Parts: sequence; C-alpha cells; structure tokens
Amino acid sequence: MITKPLLIQGGRIIDPSQGIDEVGNLVISEGKISRLGSGQASLPGSDYDVLNAEGLIVCPGFIDLHCHLRQPGFEEKETISSGSRAAARGGFTTICCMPNTNPPLDSRATIDYVKSVAASEGAVRVLPIGCISRGRKGKELAEMGELAQAGAIAFSDDGQPLRSSLLMRQAMEYSLAFGLPVIDHCEDTALSEGGQMNEGIIATRLGLCGIPAAAEESIVARDLALAELTGARLHIAHTTTEGSVELIRRAKEKGIRVTAEVTPHHLTLTEEKVLGYNTNAKVNPPLRTKRDIVALIGGLKEGVIDIIATDHAPHTGNDKLSEFALAPFGISGLETALGSLMSLVHAGELTLAMLIAKLTCGPAKIIGTGYGKLGSLETEAPAEVTIFDPNREWLVDTSDFASKGKNTPLNGEKLKGKVMATIYQGKFVYKDESLAIK
Amino acid sequence: MANKIIMTAEDIRRTLARIAHEIIEFNKSTERLILVGMRTRGVPLAMRLAANIEHFEGVKMPVGALDFSLYRDDFNSLGLQPIVKSTDIPIGVSDRVIVLVDDVLYTGRSARAAMDALIDLGRPQAIQLAVLIDRGHRELPIRADYVGKNMPSARDEKMQVQLKEVDGVDEVAIIPTPPVKEESHEGS
Amino acid sequence: MREVKQKDELAPEVRPEILATTPVWQHRHILDLDDFAPAEIELVLETTDAMKEVLSRPIKKVPVLRGKTVITLFYEPSTRTRSSFELAAKNLSADVISLSAQASSTVKGESLVDTLATLEALGADIVVMRHSYSGAPYIATRHMRASMVNAGDGWHAHPTQALLDLYTIREHKGGFKGLKAVIIGDIKHSRVARSNIWGLTAMGAEVSVCCPFTLLPAGLDVVQHHFPKVHIEPEIESALCGADVVMTLRLQLERQQSGLLPSIREYVKLYQLTEARLAKAKADAIVLHPGPVNEDIEISLAVAQGPQSVINEQITNGVAVRMALLYLLAGGSR
Repeated sequence: MITKPLLIQGGRIIDPSQGIDEVGNLVISEGKISRLGSGQASLPGSDYDVLNAEGLIVCPGFIDLHCHLRQPGFEEKETISSGSRAAARGGFTTICCMPNTNPPLDSRATIDYVKSVAASEGAVRVLPIGCISRGRKGKELAEMGELAQAGAIAFSDDGQPLRSSLLMRQAMEYSLAFGLPVIDHCEDTALSEGGQMNEGIIATRLGLCGIPAAAEESIVARDLALAELTGARLHIAHTTTEGSVELIRRAKEKGIRVTAEVTPHHLTLTEEKVLGYNTNAKVNPPLRTKRDIVALIGGLKEGVIDIIATDHAPHTGNDKLSEFALAPFGISGLETALGSLMSLVHAGELTLAMLIAKLTCGPAKIIGTGYGKLGSLETEAPAEVTIFDPNREWLVDTSDFASKGKNTPLNGEKLKGKVMATIYQGKFVYKDESLAIK
Repeated sequence: MANKIIMTAEDIRRTLARIAHEIIEFNKSTERLILVGMRTRGVPLAMRLAANIEHFEGVKMPVGALDFSLYRDDFNSLGLQPIVKSTDIPIGVSDRVIVLVDDVLYTGRSARAAMDALIDLGRPQAIQLAVLIDRGHRELPIRADYVGKNMPSARDEKMQVQLKEVDGVDEVAIIPTPPVKEESHEGS
Repeated sequence: MREVKQKDELAPEVRPEILATTPVWQHRHILDLDDFAPAEIELVLETTDAMKEVLSRPIKKVPVLRGKTVITLFYEPSTRTRSSFELAAKNLSADVISLSAQASSTVKGESLVDTLATLEALGADIVVMRHSYSGAPYIATRHMRASMVNAGDGWHAHPTQALLDLYTIREHKGGFKGLKAVIIGDIKHSRVARSNIWGLTAMGAEVSVCCPFTLLPAGLDVVQHHFPKVHIEPEIESALCGADVVMTLRLQLERQQSGLLPSIREYVKLYQLTEARLAKAKADAIVLHPGPVNEDIEISLAVAQGPQSVINEQITNGVAVRMALLYLLAGGSR
C-alpha cells in the first residue's frame, strides 16, 4: 500500500499518447498521476517515497488485448489470479482475456464471473472478450448485446474461426450497434487441417503436416471484404504472414475499419525453433519465416499493424510433454514480452517510442473509453505505470514465472530489457527486488 | 622413458620360420591344418607362417581370418566397441586342425573368445595356439603351443607389436608408460 | 565368403584403417540419418558385412549381447520391421521383449514418457520404437537413459530401412558416388523417402523424386540448408532416364479418399513402375521397395518379381543391418 506520495525520479518518461519522451519526474499520489515533468522545481512538502529511475524507462502500463486466462474451466493451466500476476511481472496493467474457457464467455453470467474473480483476485485490470457465437460453436450468434452491456470489450471466437462467412457477416453487422470490434483468429481450418507448424522445408524435414500462409490469408481477405461490406470494426488477431500484412495495408488504404495485432513471438522467432520437435514452439498461428518477420516489422512501423498483443496461451507441463502432434498450441508470453520485443529496439528495428505506443495507446484506442482513459500518463489519470530497464540482461527461467504456463521456447535464453516495476492504480503490483524505494 | 625394443624385423623373421618348423614337426603332416589369424595382427602373422610352410614343404596352406569381437567377455566395459570384421575362413573347420595365430598372449581372454567363435563354425579336430609373444599374466587356464618369445612383463607395461602389413614396420617393443599408439588387443 | 589370398607378398592385404576401435561412432540413439556422417554410415555398412557373415553360418547366433535387454515398442502394427529387429536382437543373444501400445490424445504424452520410464525400470538397454507421430522418439529420448532406435516415426524417418537400402545398393553398385537414384511415390508422407534422401545424398548419390505434386512435400524446390537437394521430376519416364537405383514407395490407398489423388487408376496409369518404363533406366539398374508391395499399383508384379528387383535381398539385409546397429549401440560405455 502506498500511503505517501511516490516520486519517480530521473527516469526517461515516454508516453506516446501525449508525445512525451523526456527525462523527468513523475509523482503519484492518491492513486493518481499528480505531476509529470522535467523540471527540477522544488516539490511541495518532503514526505515522499522516492524511486530513483535514472537509466530506466517510465511509461504507461502496458495493455494486452489478447491473452488466455483459462478460468473458468482450465484452472490447471492458468487462473485469473496467476495470469494477472504474470501480467504484472510483464509490465501489463490491463489484459483482455479471450472467451475460450469452459463454459465459454458467451453470456452475462460468465462475463460477470470473470469480472468478479478479477476484482477480488486479479492483480491488474482484466477485461473480458465475449464470444461471437453461442458456445463458440459457429452456429448462431451469442447474445452480443448483453455481452456488451456486461462489459465485454470485443467479440471473438478465438481459436475457432467462424467457418460460415454468412455468420461472420451477421456478427459484424450486429456488432455495429455496440461499436465494439469483432476479433478474428484468421485460419481456414480446412486448409490447415492436421497442421502442426508452418508449411515449408522445416515441416518437410520434420515430417510434420504444415499450415500454409494461405490458411491465414484467405480468411484475412474474407474478413476484410466483410468489414468493407458491413462497415463494422474488424480486428485481426495475431497477424503472421507477409501476405496478411499486404492485405491489411490495402484494406486500410481503402478506408476499411480494420486494426491488426502481432505477437512478440511472431516478431522475434522463426519456424526453426520447432527443430528438435520443441513442443514449446508449437503455436497457432505457427512461427513463420524470417521474410514474414521483416514484413511484420515493416507493418508495425507503417501503422498497418496497430498493436502488439501477447496471445499468452498457458498450458501445463504435461500438456506439452507429448508427441508433437498431440501437444496443444500455445506459448506462455506475458512475462517475456518486453524482453523479447526489446531485441527489436536493440537491433534498431523499432524505436522505443514506437514499441511503447504499440503496447499502450495503440490497444487503448481499440478498447475505447468504456473503462476510462487507458494507456496514458496524463495527470489525474489513474496511476498505471510501467518502469523498465532497457539494458538489463536476464535469463528466462520459467520456474520463476508467476504464470502456471511454463511453456515458452525462450526458457534458458538471455533477454535484454527487463520490467523493474509495475504500478496499477497507484500501487506496486510488481517490483524487482533490486529496485530500492527510499 | 624410451621404448625398449625386444624384437627387430630380423628377429621376427627368424622366429616365424622356427614356429613354422615346429608346426610341421608337431603335426607330422600339414594335410589337415588351417592357419587362422586373430584380427587384427594375427592375420598377417598367419599369412607369413603359411608362406614359410609353403617354402619348406611346398604345400599351400589355407589361411583364415577370425574376428572374435562378437565373443568378447569385456564388451560391456569397453569405452568404444571394436570394429567387427567378417570372419573369413576359406574351408570348413570341421575335422580340421586349427592353428590360431595371434601376436600377444596375455590374459588368455582373446584366445578363449576366439575358440568360442571357431567352435560356432564347426567341430575342429583340434585347436592349437601360436603367438609371437607370451607376456604372462594369464587369467584363464590357457597356454600356447608355439611361442615366439617369452617376455615376462609388468601389468602396467604395454607390449607393442608392429607389423609391416598393418603398421608399416616390423618391431616388438615394451612401452613403460601408457601407450602412444595402438597396442595389442589383448592388453587393454 | 570372400577368399583369403594366399601368397608370399602379403603387404597390401591388411590396411591400417581396420584397426582396433571405432572412434567415429558417437551415437547413443539412432533417430534419423540427418546426423550421420558418411564415415559413420560406412562403419554401419562394414559392420553389416560381418553380421551377414554370421547369418551365413549354420549357427546364426553370437553371444555378444548376452545379458542385454532389447524391447520393441510398436505404436503401429508392422510385421516385417518388428520381426527383423527381434531376429537381429536374438541373433546377438539379447533378451527380447515385444510390446504393442496405442498413442492417444486423451492420455497425451504422459503415456509415452511413462511407458518409457516403465521400460527402463524393467531394465531395457535398447528400445526399438515404431510410432505413428513424427518426432515421438525425440521426445522420448529426452526422458530416458536407454538407447533408442527409431523403427519409423510418422512421416519423418526410418533410418534402419534407409541403411538396409544403402547396404543393398552397395552390394550391387559397389559404392554411391555419382549414382543416380530415383524415388517414386508418395514422398510427402514417406519416412522411407526422407531417410533415404539423407543417406543417399550424404554418400554422394544424386536423388530425384517423382510423384504427383499433391504428394510432394513443401519447400523442396527452394534452395535452403535444412534438407538435402533433390531433383523434382514429375514425369516418370524422364525421371527414370539413366537411373542406377529405382525405389518405389508403397501407396497408402487412403490418399485417394483425402483428395490427394483423383483415383488409384490414374495413379497406376501415370506412376506405376512397369517393365516398359524401367527400360528407360540403366540396364543394370536395381529396383527397391520397402514393402509391403501393393502389387500392380505402385509397381507391376513383373517388375517386383523380375531380375532387377532386389526386394527380397532388402529383407535379408535388414536383419544384418539391424544386428550391426544393435551391436554398435550396445557397445558404448555405460
């Protein structure tokens, strides 16, 4: 509990929502940001907790538009409590959870359940995403209006894309009334049937059934056409291919209301991670090629891809301890997101300001204002701040994860860039041991 | 410490000639004899003995090569497995007198393995053993019928037999320290 | 049996390379040929020579693996591979236990890892595993100390089959350098094709694959370093032109149901290895098939039973190759 005001001193404050990038001080009092600036003006009173942030980046708390918290139904993989603590360790203060739980989030009752568990056990803000179709079965629409009223921030049948173009059209049209986006996991499941990894020479070498880029791109193209037809807001989840980037670019040029996301793993890892049958690199959509990564980074820079989302998909050790074809898809990503993404900054591919924008004001814009002003350090806004050291190297050790999901191909790897503290509504929800408060 | 040479090329030549005479003398006839070399260095020795016998008696001797790797009793304790080569004996062994030929007789375990291997090939009338060097330290009740040179040795010494066909030079030496080169298969 | 030369000049008969031990052998498991150096393949083939000699004896049994336990664990039915391994192990005097199992997504991988832990507790020194999912032996070896021999995993690899094919080819062709090998059939789903491509190219042969494009795996046409270079030749007669080695693959008849082939009839018409087509290959070309043969589908009966077919030799050589591999694996210090 922070009772005294907190002075975060001498950090490099980056807030893309206000165009701020300067070394300065940030004061948090009574759960709100009360001062922000570079001036060394004498601070009123002297009774502050002081956090020396020299050499650190101070920015709005990250927002993850796409994660899986597994509760209700799969609590052995993750819970709202463990998942939100993992989020806090990863610098996220708002996370949006996908509805592929059991039961799925297709009714007011389930949305209320997630919200109430999040309120009592969650470390950070948890915003639910409601189903498009009842039971995620792709047959009939869920009661999207009720879901919207209950607090769903978007609609998605994530992981189980709508096969029926007609139902997708109807979902988009129906969503118009609520102004919420429809999020699609774009995959033509007939084309990807049996697929285990990206289609290509690595799949050939390993004797694994491939998932072609076209399985994603054909549904991206379909959804874009439907978005144009209906005028609805479409959000493309986890874009992974050069072709998808190109399709979205053209759609944006035409003025179609589409936004798109990309995950840290698709931006930094290739299909080669699967070599040796590493089930922790088994993810859907699959890790692709170097060429796709170049296109995805290009898409981020140009604004074709609006945000970065983790698609945090935790599984148990036993789930992944199996024959490759039997292991479930998914990477536990909340706690390694910043560290992996910083490799792009260190390599000169992205600027810090751009990276932070894709994690803060970008997703805030998609979520809208229903939950107040998110992803910003504006004064009087609730104090949600992430402090990270861009140059600190650390070894990924999944046994330290707050997440129950230890399934990441990054275990044992060295990352450069580490979250040092996460402040949610004025309180530390994560603080690295080495960070001293005086 | 330098290697101590105990047999030169000339010594080896004379010794093999003597053993050839002993084989002829002991068996009275060469009619039912087969010389079988134990891989690796027993094979050229068997061939040289055969050449000597042909020279003395004017008879061509059948010569075979025996690989006893598949019969070793130290298979589990070896770090590296021996390369197993084909056993190659030109005629059936049943009712024949087999002269097994090896370079060094040491613990007797190789000879034991070789006899097992031979007996799997048929039922020889008799098996005799000819060795260039007998260095002692027997662990099995086995003795050689023909010995080139008795060379009592310490266990930590290595007996290094080199033959022209394999090593490019004919020489037998005692190496006091751990071996620089390959040593007889009986020694390890 | 080779004849031992009996002459006075003995020098060239025995060369230093046949000396005592085998520093080239580094394998604790045999999972695929992608990590075999040519010298290692050569060692396997030479050891196979010795094992073939054992098989030619009246008593085809040697004591070398006495006290070792070999367990064959088959998640897929297979008569010939299984009996070949079991015979090989028994010829080396190992104790052999045969187990059949089923992979299922409901029990997940726990079952595979647990099963292997059980086999190890039973004292298995070598586990020979056939599995319907690619990579299963790789997952397994991360959790066991016994040696693993991959007896076929999914579409991925069948290294012992490839080695017996190489051995059979060497018996007929003497070596591999510059040989032209053609593999005809369902390359995409074939572990035999993949392992043979690794083995043949490692030994210096040139490999062409011939199949309808629906049965061709992705990426072979792109220059890359993850897989050996092969020639893609969809037309069978030009593929066979000048070939030294012709390998046909078994066509799984369900490929037609999954839409990869319009009909078996058309496949037979376009891709069956017939005498007329075989005439395009070199006169001394040999014909291999991993078996079991769908007669008159991928290969005509006349060719399968014809003078150029070495299909039956493959089966005999299979036992010798597997003896060699079990011998080489069991010898490591443990």
